[in-house]
Amino acid sequence: MTAFLALAGVAKRWAHEVTVGPVTLDIARGEFVALLGPSGSGKTTLLRLLAGFETPDAGSVQVEGEEVTRLPPARRRFGMVFQHYALFPHLDVGANVAFGLPKTGAERRVAAALALVDLAGFERRRVQELSGGQQQRVALARALAPEPRVLLLDEPLSNLDPTLRERTRRELRALIKRLGITTLFVTHEQDEAFDLGDRIAVLSRGRVEQVGTADVLYEQPATLFVATFVGRANVLRGAPAQALGAANGQVLVVRPERLRFGAKGLAGVVRERRYTGAAAFFQVETEGGERLEVLAAPDAARVGERVHLEAVKVLTFAEPR
Amino acid sequence: MTARDRGRVLAAAGLTLLLAWLVLYPILLVGVDAAHGDAIAAFARRPGEWQALWASVWISLASVALAAAIGIPLAFLFEWLEFPGRKTLGSLIALPAVLPPFVGVIAFLFLYGESGFVARAVQQLLGLAEPPWRLQGAGAILLVHAYSMYVYFYLFTRAGLAKLDASMLEAAQALGAGPWATLRRVTLPLLRPSLAGAALLVFMTALGSFSAPYVFGGGFRVMTTQIVASKLNGELALATVETVALALVAIVALALIRRTEGSDVLFALGKGIAPRRRQLRRPAVRGLAAAAGWLFAFVLLLPHLTLLLVSLVPYGTWTTETLPPQVSLVNYQRLLAEPDRLAPLLNSLWMAAASTAAAIAIALAVGALVRRRLPWRWRSPIETLIALPWALPGTVFAIALAATFAVHEPLALRWVLVGTVVLLPLAYVVRNLPLTGRAVLAGFGQIDPALEEAAASLGAGRWTAFRRVTLPLLKPALMAGGSLAFVAALGDFVTSIVLYTYDNRPISIEIMSSLRVNEIGVAAAFGVILMLVSAAVLSVGARR
Repeated sequence: MTAFLALAGVAKRWAHEVTVGPVTLDIARGEFVALLGPSGSGKTTLLRLLAGFETPDAGSVQVEGEEVTRLPPARRRFGMVFQHYALFPHLDVGANVAFGLPKTGAERRVAAALALVDLAGFERRRVQELSGGQQQRVALARALAPEPRVLLLDEPLSNLDPTLRERTRRELRALIKRLGITTLFVTHEQDEAFDLGDRIAVLSRGRVEQVGTADVLYEQPATLFVATFVGRANVLRGAPAQALGAANGQVLVVRPERLRFGAKGLAGVVRERRYTGAAAFFQVETEGGERLEVLAAPDAARVGERVHLEAVKVLTFAEPR
Repeated sequence: MTARDRGRVLAAAGLTLLLAWLVLYPILLVGVDAAHGDAIAAFARRPGEWQALWASVWISLASVALAAAIGIPLAFLFEWLEFPGRKTLGSLIALPAVLPPFVGVIAFLFLYGESGFVARAVQQLLGLAEPPWRLQGAGAILLVHAYSMYVYFYLFTRAGLAKLDASMLEAAQALGAGPWATLRRVTLPLLRPSLAGAALLVFMTALGSFSAPYVFGGGFRVMTTQIVASKLNGELALATVETVALALVAIVALALIRRTEGSDVLFALGKGIAPRRRQLRRPAVRGLAAAAGWLFAFVLLLPHLTLLLVSLVPYGTWTTETLPPQVSLVNYQRLLAEPDRLAPLLNSLWMAAASTAAAIAIALAVGALVRRRLPWRWRSPIETLIALPWALPGTVFAIALAATFAVHEPLALRWVLVGTVVLLPLAYVVRNLPLTGRAVLAGFGQIDPALEEAAASLGAGRWTAFRRVTLPLLKPALMAGGSLAFVAALGDFVTSIVLYTYDNRPISIEIMSSLRVNEIGVAAAFGVILMLVSAAVLSVGARR
C-alpha cells in the first residue's frame, strides 16, 4: 500500500500530562479511517494537527508525498466538518457553501455540492432555519465544495438524535465512497467506527493502540485496552483467570458470547438476567466475587441458579505496567 | 377573567399610567408647546440654530469613529493576545467609564487646558511667553469624547469576541481564507451586533453630551449647550423647539442604527469555545506589548491623577510653576468643615440614593408584572416606556420636566415643582429608569420560572416566593443596575444645571461655581470624592 496521507512520528506536547503521539499512520487514497477513542484520548487533537490548527512539536504530515506539516490550514486543501458544524450564521446556506470557492463558477459548484447532500434549492435559506440534520449536511457540502484532498470529520453525527444518526451514517458512508475521497472520522462510539471505517485506529492517551478492520480489532486486539474498549469484555486476573486458561501473571479477557454454561469450569451463581429478545445477558457472580457477563439463549439459566462457566475462546495479555 | 387576572391587568394599567405620566407626558407637552407660537419660525430663521444642530450630529459621528478607532483594536489586543499584565491592564483600560462626565471634563481642563500641567510643561520647556495652545472648540470636545467613550467599543467588542466560536474561524481557514480574509468575511460580520450596539451607545452619549461642549465649546455650540443657553436667557419657547429638534435627531439616529444592528441570533448556532489567546513568544515583542499597554494605561490614568494632585493644592499657592510648590489636605478639611460646602455633597448623596431606590422599585414592579405572563399588549408599552429616557438626551428631559411642572393644573396632573427640591430627584428617577429597568428585566429573564413554581409547590405564597427565591436571585442584577443608576445620578450635570435650586444644589453645580471663583483646589477635591464614591459603588455593584 502506498500511503496517500502519511503521519510519521507526529507528536504534540502541552504543559503537563496532555500529550499526543508520537503517532505514525499511513492512509491509502480513498480510504475511510475512523479514529476511535474515549474522550481525552487525543483523537480530536490528532485531527486538528492534520487540519493544521495545531502544529506538531515533532514528526511530519505528508499528502501525496508533499510535506504539509508547517502549511497553514488555509493552504492545505483539507476539508473539515466541525462537531457543531461552525456554519457561518451571518451567511445563508449558499454563501456558506460558496465560502471556500473562487467567485467564477461558484454558483454552479454550490448547486452541485448541495445536490450531493440532497439539499438542492436550499441556497437562500438561513442556516438558523435548518434542522440539525440539514445543518450537518450543509457543513458537509461546504467542506466538499472546494474538492479537498482529504476530508476530516469531527464527531459530525454526535449532535443528531439516535434514529437520524443511523440513517445519516449510512448516507454519509455511501456518499464518501461514491466520491472516493480520503476521509478521517473522529468518534467515541464504537458502532459508528465499525459502521463507517474501512479501518479503525484506536487511540488511548494520545497513542495509537492498534489500527485495523473492525473484525481484527474485535478478534485479535493488540492490547488489553483495545480488547476492553472495543466490544463487551469480561476481564479476569489471578485464580479465576487461570481457571479459564490464562498463565500465571496474565490478564484474561473473554467476551460474553464466548462464555457458556457447562457441567464444569468456573463456578458461580446467576444474579441477574437481562432479556434482549434473541438472547439474554446473564450476570454471574463467582465464588471469588467477580461478576461476569454471559450472552446465551434466553432460557439457558435462571436467576439464583448455580452454574459453571466454560470459555470457548479467550484472549490473554501481559499485565500492563 | 378571574379576580387574579383582573388584579394583574389593573396593576399593569396603573403602572403604565404612572410611567406614561413620568416619561411620555412631559415630552408630549414639550412637543405641543413647541408647535404653538412663532418659536419654530424663529428657530428656522436663525443660522446659529442649524449650525448647532449640524454640529451635534457631526460631533457625534466623529466621536463614534474615534472611539471605534481606539476601542476596537484594543479589544482585539486584550482578547486575543497573551502578555504580561494583560488582566490588570485589561480592567484598568475600562477606567474612564468610572469618571463622571463632568469630573472627566474638569480633569482634562487641569491636565491639557491652557493652564494645565501639560501646557505649562511645554511652555516652560520651550520658554514660550504664551501657553502653547488653548483647549477649545470641536477638537477639544472630540478629544474628551474619544477618551471617555472608546470604553464602550472596547467593552462591547471584547464581549463579542469572547462569544465568538473558535470553530467559525477555523472553518474559514479550512476553506482557504487567510487571516485578513477571515477577519473581513467572518470575524467582523459576526461582531456586527456588538459594534452596532457600541456605535449606538457612543452616538447617543455624544449627542447628549453637555459637560464637554459646555466647558470646552467656547463659541462652538452644539444643541445641548444651545438649549441650556436659551433656557438661561429666558427664551423658554425657543428652548422647547430646540429640545424637540434634538429629540428628533436622537430618535432618527436610534432607528437608523437599530436597522444595521442585525440580530443576536447570529450567535444562536455557536456552541463552541472562544479562540485561545495567542501567547506572544518572542521576549522583545512581549516586552513591547506590555510596555505599550502600561504606557497607555498611564495616559488613561493621568486625568485621575491630575485631579488628585490639584485637589491637594491650597488656594492661591500655585501660579506659574510646572508643579505646585506645596500640597496639603486643606481643601478636604474646608469641604467637610464648612456647612455650605458640605451641603452639596449631602444633597447629591440623598438625591442619588432616593432616585435609585425609586427607579429600582419601579423596575421591580415592571419586572414582576411582565413576568406574570402579562398579555403582550400590556408588556410592550411598559417596556418601551421604561427604555424611552435612554433614547433621549438628558437635556431634553430636563427641559420637558421643567416645562411640565411649572404650572398648577391638578386636573392635567401638573403641579408647580419648579423651584422645589423634588423636581431634580424626580428627573434622576426618570433618567435612571432604563438603567435599572434593563438590569432587572434581564435578571428576571435569567431566572427559570420553574424555580418559583418549585417554591410554590413547597408551600410558599406569592410574596414568600418572591422574597425568598426571586429577590435573592435578582440580587446581582439589582446591584448592577442600582450601582449604575446611583453613580449616574451622583455625577449628573446635564439635568442638574437646568433643574437645581439653592437648597438641593448637587456636587457638579458646586464644582462649577468653585471653578468660577477660581477655587480650583476645592473643585478638584469635590471631583476626587465623586470619583472615589463612584468607583466604590460600581465595584460593589459588579460583585457577584
